[in-house]
Amino acid sequence: MRLLSHLKQWRAVATEAKHVSFAVAKFIGLIHLTESYLCSSTLLHGPSMLPTFNSSGDVVLAEHLSHRLGKVVPGDVVLVRSPDDPKKMVAKRVLGLEGDQVTFFDPNRIRKHNTTVVPKGHVWIQGDNTYASFDSRSYGPVPYGLIQGRVFFRVWPPDGFGSVDD
Amino acid sequence: MGTRKVLWGFANKFFTVGAVGLCISDRFVSVAPVRGSSMAPTLNPGKTKLLGMSTDDYVLLEKTCLNDYKFSHGDIVVFSSPSNHKERHIKRITALPGDWIGIRKSYDMLKVPEGHCWVEGDNSSSSMDSRSFGTIPLGLVQGRVTHIVWPPQRIGAIQRNTLQDN
Repeated sequence: MRLLSHLKQWRAVATEAKHVSFAVAKFIGLIHLTESYLCSSTLLHGPSMLPTFNSSGDVVLAEHLSHRLGKVVPGDVVLVRSPDDPKKMVAKRVLGLEGDQVTFFDPNRIRKHNTTVVPKGHVWIQGDNTYASFDSRSYGPVPYGLIQGRVFFRVWPPDGFGSVDD
Repeated sequence: MGTRKVLWGFANKFFTVGAVGLCISDRFVSVAPVRGSSMAPTLNPGKTKLLGMSTDDYVLLEKTCLNDYKFSHGDIVVFSSPSNHKERHIKRITALPGDWIGIRKSYDMLKVPEGHCWVEGDNSSSSMDSRSFGTIPLGLVQGRVTHIVWPPQRIGAIQRNTLQDN
């Protein structure tokens, strides 16, 4: 008789555990879904995107739909996995898609104005701060597959709260 | 009312399983088919028969390596093509950042830049790889192949040796 009541207790505990783990798994799955397919928040810092973003650190929202659908257009600010260090993400502005002709200004070169054509499957990205940005002007066009999201909304600092325009 | 409840419960379960599955396949492991013969004889040796029909290999992709992007020579990886982000290729890493690589066509030596790698197919006669498009950023890598999971007679871990064919 005692064994039976023990069994009953255990069964209740097991059911409870099952329910809890189910809820936790669901929660984690939902977070992952939102974060990698809808939108996530990122902290940007560094001077390369002045004057659009401050160098001291802005919190922005990035959406992950348009790059999956191939809807990135020139003028968008995108999050790109850095070609030099895959663990780092950089925020830059897309200036040209595949097949576009890009004319750029590079103060570090002897010929300051250059024109190139973006190869197939690549994008040309540049920071808004021409003088302090490490971008496609030094490492060339980057593969489209490195784009991780499009920055569309700024949350912090409060005076910059609002959508990020082209 | 009863049907509605059942339907709702079903949709809820379906969604949860989808979200959790997506989370697992994005963060931990997933399965991918191998098309083409560029990795023969390691993958798709071309004489596998299942019920009289030749079938492609299915491989297990490990994604936890994307947390730190540490790879070693001889790893087989899946990456999105630098010329078309919708295509995924499967190749073997033969050189990592800092290595020197010899190009057979022009007898030049090339240093693999920081954050990039050199990928080659095991079947060098029919493989579109770094010999045609150059080094690729490690950020394009989407997973490391660890096991063959299908067809049944080929289930097992893959060999991790680097093939030297010259």
